[in-house]
Amino acid sequence: MISRRDFLQTGMAASAILGTSGFGNWGRLAAQQALTQDQLLQFDTFGNVSLIHVTDIHAQLKPIYFREPSVNIGVGPNKGKVPHVTGADFRRLYGIEDGSPSHYALSSGDFAALAQGYGRVGGLDRVSTVINQIRSERPDALLLDGGDTWHGSYTCYHTQGQDMVNVMNALKPDAMTFHWEFTLGSDRVNEIVENLPFAALGQNIFDAEWDEPAELFPPYRFFERGGVRIAVIGQAFPYMPIANPGWMFPEYAFGIRDEHMQEMVDEVRAQGAELVVCLSHNGFDVDKKMAGIVGGIDVILSGHTHDALPEPVLVGETIIVASGSNGKFVSRVDLDVRDGRMMGFRHKLIPIFSDVIAPDPAVTAVIDEQRAPFTEHLSEVIGQSDALLYRRGNFNGTWDDLICDALLTQREAEIALSPGVRWGPSILPGQDITREDIWNVTSMTYPEAYRTEMTGEFLHVVLEDVADNLFNPDPYYQQGGDMVRTGGLGYRIDITQPQGSRITELTLLKTGERIDPARSYQVAGWASVNEGTEGPPIWDVVEDHIRAQGTVSVTPNTSVDVVGA
Amino acid sequence: MELTRRQAIALGAGALLAAHLPHTAYAAGEEAIQAFTGGAALADTGITLTAPEIAENGNTVPIEVSAPGASEIMVLALGNPTPPVATFKFGPLAASQSASTRIRLAGTQDVLAIARLADGSFAQAKATVKVTIGGCGG
Repeated sequence: MISRRDFLQTGMAASAILGTSGFGNWGRLAAQQALTQDQLLQFDTFGNVSLIHVTDIHAQLKPIYFREPSVNIGVGPNKGKVPHVTGADFRRLYGIEDGSPSHYALSSGDFAALAQGYGRVGGLDRVSTVINQIRSERPDALLLDGGDTWHGSYTCYHTQGQDMVNVMNALKPDAMTFHWEFTLGSDRVNEIVENLPFAALGQNIFDAEWDEPAELFPPYRFFERGGVRIAVIGQAFPYMPIANPGWMFPEYAFGIRDEHMQEMVDEVRAQGAELVVCLSHNGFDVDKKMAGIVGGIDVILSGHTHDALPEPVLVGETIIVASGSNGKFVSRVDLDVRDGRMMGFRHKLIPIFSDVIAPDPAVTAVIDEQRAPFTEHLSEVIGQSDALLYRRGNFNGTWDDLICDALLTQREAEIALSPGVRWGPSILPGQDITREDIWNVTSMTYPEAYRTEMTGEFLHVVLEDVADNLFNPDPYYQQGGDMVRTGGLGYRIDITQPQGSRITELTLLKTGERIDPARSYQVAGWASVNEGTEGPPIWDVVEDHIRAQGTVSVTPNTSVDVVGA
Repeated sequence: MELTRRQAIALGAGALLAAHLPHTAYAAGEEAIQAFTGGAALADTGITLTAPEIAENGNTVPIEVSAPGASEIMVLALGNPTPPVATFKFGPLAASQSASTRIRLAGTQDVLAIARLADGSFAQAKATVKVTIGGCGG
């Protein structure tokens, strides 16, 4: 028996390449000369099956900048384990040289400077080139989309996801699972899925009324590739009606349902599956726990928490592959399946450096066609930024600081709340902010910027509730987002405490006074999951704010004091 | 901006949860268990309880209990003001000893199922079901 570890190619495409480009040597030319498409895509085809995984694209058709988080705290059994390792620690863990392409693609630190050298990432026409290359080496490779595809941009919102459907269809996926897609509303989701030319999978998508599997979303699909009978089982985001507005898709229920997952694995094995792949939108830590409970899954292609890992993580006999977000990465997983079992694998997380990988002109044309009706609106410059604007991080990001500022000033509030979502590209210092950029970090179907009164006590309950969704030591009780962002409100959080005791020292920043549990405060926020929320769409609030500022700045955010990390 | 404070909305008051349940509820739960088992020891195998980790709607939470060979299964929501939820009785001709229903939960709490097995012994299974305000998906 050959050990799987022996087959692990320490996969990050770019990590083998550089060596020469030292820290600080970030000239665009130097970077591009050191990096070629052939090097990025180099892969010794292995075994008899290839999987291609993309996930959490969030409607990013065009190349973007995307800064990975510097704060991503793991709790319980996942404390200090990937993906909860960031920055320089992450680079040391994987032997990534400072200033290298892998540093830029995979970790935080010196992001703005490295971005000048290495340029934008992603773009689905570049992703297409990578897929085409893999298919030229393995014509029957399976392309699997982990979901969060039909959400997250101006054009996606205005076409109700049709732009993404059209472009993804051009890439010819074999199967997909879901999360934000459902926020298009169940009528629209049903309409698209009924006409989808590939499998729409979710073993945990149930009919809410009868609590039985939903007909439109089969649990699995069989594929015969490389002489191997492969079962792909879908796992949609388990907490959709809780983390997103359930009233938009009341016919559906979700949940982790790991017992049902085990039933499905047993069922496909009984039908002769030699390889079982789970296409998951659970989030990484939930997938790790599930892999330890459900037996018989060979590969979990993991999405939702937007982690990009240069090597799969092994749990028992299962490998878990995390492929990043926003079109920034494609994972290729080659497998050797013999005598009904997976004997070895080779994996590569391919970063989509948009200046290095040539666009596929056929897909560029499809993308341009989707954007054409909106070009003028998309490209209008609203202002400039003199700071790096990014979102990722457990507690805050400069984009959300700016959005909170917009809510405080435009809606005349004492406190602002902004959801801890993980999508949304970054803006470099000195870059123009276009309307498209604003929509990239705000686009959703429940954008109303509400203004309401909340007591100090209720604010505390809200923060405790969200903190437990992030820091409950049992991954099955986590929802995979980040902490709600606060403007005008500071607090101390001890992540090791149980729910109800984590948040202390709530402070109204304007006065420096402690929040009074009995007093009411004027609170502005957006993305409420409650039906009937009223207010202007958040993108208008942010646009008005940026227009009024001209050039936006953000001051370092020190309002959250984190202990126990 | 045209919007005024009057147009502002309130976050659904329904989302407010009962954070602290009266101590008497727990005592009531213990009494019910005592009455059902007569204080017998509870094994941890022989019964399965299936419940969501996080409730999609705390007012109607689907649960399922199963205990092969059991003559009775009692379900308790230990954090509800009235913990006993249901007791399912299975006659000798019952094809299977399982049942599913929906229960209402006042807040995050443990759901407990206790079965009286064929040999007269008792077994229990417990699941923590979180009831949350929600929001903020990744």
